[in-house]
Amino acid sequence: MKNKTSFHPQGEACPSRCPDNSAFKQQRLPAWKPQLTITAVLSTFFLTGMFCLSVGVCLILSANSIKEIQIDYSDKCSDCSKLRENSSNWNKECHCSVNFTLKEDILGDVFMYYGLQNFYQNHRRYVISRSDAQLLGRNVNNSYCAPFTTYQNGTPMAPCGAIANSMFNDTVDLFYNLNSSVIQVPLLKTGNSWWTDKNVKFRNPKSYNLSSAFAGTSRPPYWQKPVYLLDEEDERNNGYVNDDFIIWMRVSAFATFRNLYRRVRRIRQFADGLPAGNYSFHISYNFPVTKFKARKHVILSTVVWSGGSNPFLGIAYVVSGAAATLAGFIITAIHLKLRKRKTYFQK
Amino acid sequence: IRTIYVGHREPPPGTEAYIPQRFPDNRIVSSKYTFWNFVPKNLFEQFRRIANFYFLIIFLVQLIIDTPTSPVTSGLPLLFVITVTAIKQGYEDWLRHKADNAMNQYPVHFIQHGKLVRKQSRKLRVGDIVMVKEDETFPCDLIFLSSSREDGTCFVTTASLDGESSHKTHYAVQDTKAFHNEQEMDALHATIECEQPQPDLYKFVGRINVYHDRNEPTARPLGSENLLLRGATLKNTEKIFGVAIYTGMETKMALNYQAKSQKRSAVEKSMNVFLIVYLCILISKALINTVLKYVWQSEPFRDEPWYNQKTEPERKRNLFLRAFTDFLAFMVLFNYIIPVSMYVTVEMQKFLGSYFLTWDEEMFDEDTGEGPLVNTSDLNEELGQIEYVFTDKTGTLTENNMEFVECCIEGHVYVPHVICNGQILHDCTEELFFRALCLCHTVQVKDDDSVDGLKKSQLSRRSCIYISSSPDEVALVEGIQRYVFELLEVLSFDSVRRRMSVIVRSSTGHIFLFCKGADSSIFPRVKEGKIDQIRSRVERNAVEGLRTLCVAYKELTAEEYSKVQKLLQNAKLALQDREKKLAEVYEKIERDFILLGATAVEDRLQEKAADTIEALQKAGIKVWVLTGDKMETAAATCYACKLFRRNTQILELTTKKIEEQSLHDVLFDLSKTVLRHSGSLTRDTFSGLSTDMQDYGLIIDGAALSLIMKPRQDGSSGNYRELFLEICRNCSAVLCCRMAPLQKAQIVKLIKLSKEHPITLAIGDGANDVSMILEAHVGIIGKEGRQAARNSDYAIPKFKHLKKMLLVHGHFYYVRISELVQYFFYKNVCFIFPQFLYQFFCGFSQQTLYDTAYLTLYNISFTSLPILFYGLMEQHVSADTLKREPSLYRDVAKNALLRWRAFIYWTFLGVFDAVVFFFGAYLLYDNTVVTSNGQMFGNWTFGTLVFTVLVFTVTLKLALDTHYWTWINHFMIWGSLVFYVVFSLLWGGIIWPFLNYQRMYYVFMQMLSSGPAWLGIILLITVSLLPDVLKKVLCRQLWPTATERIQVKIFFILKLVFCITSL
Repeated sequence: MKNKTSFHPQGEACPSRCPDNSAFKQQRLPAWKPQLTITAVLSTFFLTGMFCLSVGVCLILSANSIKEIQIDYSDKCSDCSKLRENSSNWNKECHCSVNFTLKEDILGDVFMYYGLQNFYQNHRRYVISRSDAQLLGRNVNNSYCAPFTTYQNGTPMAPCGAIANSMFNDTVDLFYNLNSSVIQVPLLKTGNSWWTDKNVKFRNPKSYNLSSAFAGTSRPPYWQKPVYLLDEEDERNNGYVNDDFIIWMRVSAFATFRNLYRRVRRIRQFADGLPAGNYSFHISYNFPVTKFKARKHVILSTVVWSGGSNPFLGIAYVVSGAAATLAGFIITAIHLKLRKRKTYFQK
Repeated sequence: IRTIYVGHREPPPGTEAYIPQRFPDNRIVSSKYTFWNFVPKNLFEQFRRIANFYFLIIFLVQLIIDTPTSPVTSGLPLLFVITVTAIKQGYEDWLRHKADNAMNQYPVHFIQHGKLVRKQSRKLRVGDIVMVKEDETFPCDLIFLSSSREDGTCFVTTASLDGESSHKTHYAVQDTKAFHNEQEMDALHATIECEQPQPDLYKFVGRINVYHDRNEPTARPLGSENLLLRGATLKNTEKIFGVAIYTGMETKMALNYQAKSQKRSAVEKSMNVFLIVYLCILISKALINTVLKYVWQSEPFRDEPWYNQKTEPERKRNLFLRAFTDFLAFMVLFNYIIPVSMYVTVEMQKFLGSYFLTWDEEMFDEDTGEGPLVNTSDLNEELGQIEYVFTDKTGTLTENNMEFVECCIEGHVYVPHVICNGQILHDCTEELFFRALCLCHTVQVKDDDSVDGLKKSQLSRRSCIYISSSPDEVALVEGIQRYVFELLEVLSFDSVRRRMSVIVRSSTGHIFLFCKGADSSIFPRVKEGKIDQIRSRVERNAVEGLRTLCVAYKELTAEEYSKVQKLLQNAKLALQDREKKLAEVYEKIERDFILLGATAVEDRLQEKAADTIEALQKAGIKVWVLTGDKMETAAATCYACKLFRRNTQILELTTKKIEEQSLHDVLFDLSKTVLRHSGSLTRDTFSGLSTDMQDYGLIIDGAALSLIMKPRQDGSSGNYRELFLEICRNCSAVLCCRMAPLQKAQIVKLIKLSKEHPITLAIGDGANDVSMILEAHVGIIGKEGRQAARNSDYAIPKFKHLKKMLLVHGHFYYVRISELVQYFFYKNVCFIFPQFLYQFFCGFSQQTLYDTAYLTLYNISFTSLPILFYGLMEQHVSADTLKREPSLYRDVAKNALLRWRAFIYWTFLGVFDAVVFFFGAYLLYDNTVVTSNGQMFGNWTFGTLVFTVLVFTVTLKLALDTHYWTWINHFMIWGSLVFYVVFSLLWGGIIWPFLNYQRMYYVFMQMLSSGPAWLGIILLITVSLLPDVLKKVLCRQLWPTATERIQVKIFFILKLVFCITSL
């Protein structure tokens, strides 16, 4: 009976014309009336505080085990970046390599990302320039892809749109220098995209083979090869269902972002992750960024249950937990002070 | 000037140039629409509302230019609103059509070729001669030609026109009053010239030319006394003939017809102000973004990088045109900050909420079997904001059920049972007294026979129902009825003279004049009788709150009578200023009376009237009694109903006082008295000791009021008014006696327009209260004046129900709607501000943060129902507490919950929450992995994350504000959260075949499958709710409002009871 009102006594003598004496109509529905009592308030604050603090501590502790290496290679291949500034050199190849040292082992699943900075993938004109219907394998000629819909001779682009056209096309390979022998770290290029994207949202047009499926279409202007040659080795990773393509097509929320590129395949020396030692990235530099003052990174990182190496969540939990606890103490203090004066609860 | 040919007979040739005129038929059209013009006209009407127009513009902009959100997002809600309103208005108009048809098809008798024909009212044309029977209403404006009464008069009541229920006499045209049947009527050959129709009910100028056998016509002037107005009802006259001069929409009633002026509540006004603020915010947001966009774009590598090229037409477009389009696009992007759905929700809340009032069984009156009525649900919350209550006395505070208490004859006092036993009546004076009472009235006996009311005595033994405009008389007649006299003249009652007289000839041949009236109008005219004794008795009775009447008589000699008769005859036949002349004659005749005695009739207070008034005063409401009664009676009633208490210091502002001093001095004296105290008063209110302070009661009468209201010659008008208002403001109770109906309205208007613009409520039961009810912010009417009840906004059966209506229902309505309004703005700030912040990160490209479906449904389905049901069910304290503690009403007085402070708090809370959502999610996302499997999320996942936090926070904020959790609240709050989740799962779970984008595909599921996203959502919800909770707790601890104190108190009492019972 503490917080609940009882039903109002029903069936009082009442003439027939009298309005319906239902609890709803008389605004007497049984109701829970929560009270901001001092116990309730304090326990809420302290419990919230404790909860946040403990979650925060857990997060910080678990985030400590995350290893991450981020290498900015936009300037390291300075020749290449100059070369790419001139778009007429689009079919000239340019390679460079970046060396780095791991001081300690990176254990567990190691993910390789490419990161772009100052690349406005979330610009509206860019975001809307795509055709999901085309990517579903439907043969539709879409106007949503402007300005990358068709060539002037009328040949439609496949895939169309600004997003597809600007697909990240650097290739990055990782090599492990062990005792002067160079071992290529085995990398997985599939299984990096969302399962539903790979299996439902992106479908190649149906045909007996992929090149005939894309017959009558042409590659986007900035691409070096047509879409059905994205991965010649793996039929299930080719065309629209190519993982790199799918991942690129999911536009990022901000201008600085990273996309999953490869995963380290855990076999042989790399069964536990990446052992400490000297490594080098071999980069085929195709993606021009210097013109719009963007940066390119390649990132190696592990992931725990709470995500990647971002201290924010842990710190935020600790801070808000501390704030809630502090508020609890302040309320207690005020309550005690007021109770002495006997003005708060007028019994 | 229009010329009318009576009976459509053209005048003898050659009289005047014949100008055919066209008149409308007698169709009354109160409906606004026809079947054909409904759609365009209704749409036009609706889009004249500023909010609808705004939404239409947004919708059109979305259609025309390339905007970030699809037109559906604003078109769909707008369509819904428009449709619902159109259906409602269509239904109302259909009802009006039905009413119009009933009126237009009402059968009317009129004369055609010497025969009486029955036709539908709408077929009536100007010039037709119409016959109207007793108790029928006139079908159009008629010139009164003849009556079944000998003297060519008829009685008319215009209650439905101007609210005056008394019978008025109208006079037939002299030359035609002898025409009594159809044939004679048909033979009438006349033309009427009159002015074009104009709305003034009391003004009419015309001329009738009657042609007798080709002679020169006799011309007679026509005045308003010859005009019978449509809507008035014929009384006490068997039938009349009249000729139609104004028909249909040209009748004075139709010209006077106007929709009740719409009263707007204080909440609605605040809402509109807030809207304007938000509109400014919206425009400045759009402007800021547009400017920043062009600043940002000024570097070409940002404007058009290789990966994000413009289309050809885009490049070619003029810069200013582009900037303008961008501005509009930003407007569209942020337009949700002013939600369409708020209007729908507010309307629904008001409409549905008003049912709780009508359903309330405590406000149901078992005697009459009626409950409260709500005529306008627009003003519900105004009931919680009342500062002044103006109440009528008779019938509202009192029962209006007269009981004969005593009479005083020649100084001897008699009480009812004595009279009944028939032990008196030995004395000559006593006999005369009762004769006077019997004769001197206009009570009419309701009987099957068509009775001339003045011969009713023969029927006295039968059981009859008496009706009269004055309730006093009914009581008297029921007590005493005996004698047979021959009636000679009636000097009928009017409220200026406040008396009436009859001249009768007794069986013995003596001629008497009996006069009955208010003491103030009788005593000055008396020359003998036991004046002093009777006067003291009358005054004593008045102090006890009894209604008194004095009776006097004089005997007239035959010569005197014939003189009187002549005077009266002359006055009655006067063509101009008939009323004035009659009054002069009455004045001359009614003098030198012999005082007979006085009667006293009690009008008992309504049950719990005192209790109600006390509660209202405790609630900080000033109660004014406006009555036509005399001061002593009214003051006694005020004491009885505790409006004035024993310690109340009474200030008088009456004619008597003004005669002694000048008005100026009186006013200044009073204000000095009052203001001297108010200095200490302000200090008292701070310490909360308001009960101990000296309170003042003011008594003012009609004459003094009109002096105050009269603008002064020297141009400094309004000066007295200010002073008067100043005095009134410091009085806890004001009694205005001897008020004319119009003065009541004047008072209400005066207070309403004073500089604080207080919110007023007028309550009354009679037709004479209608004007004041229409004037007040909220009008309430008791059940007596049923024909006028439709003029009120609310109708309640008894005065005592006012208490619950204001203190409980009004308080609830106000608390509910103010939270609703604030919450609506808050949740839309939360909704749109992240969108605004996002522009800074996406190059001001108008990229939306949320998916279209979320944008559309946020206000319609994810967050609408909980607040609507909060708006219907919330009880921050229980109804019983509100009733028991009237002072809680002060907590919400003066629109407390919608002040700028509260509004700014809510807005800042919204901004804070939005910042938490956006930057929280931003930092969470900060170029890292938010999943445990290394995969990345895109922009739609980011938007969905923010949106999820938003929906949960906003709903939980409402949950925190809910003090009354019925199963409905639980269902709505948790239900809408569940609905959001289910909808999101469904929306992202399918490749929707009809959509050209699949951007939300599996976004929500992917987000839920990520642990960090969950942790982030929980954190952000907690962080955005904590400050509000903290603020609430601290405010409650440090500065508790009365309501909160009560909440705590009750909780502890309950706890105590619980402890005791568990022991």
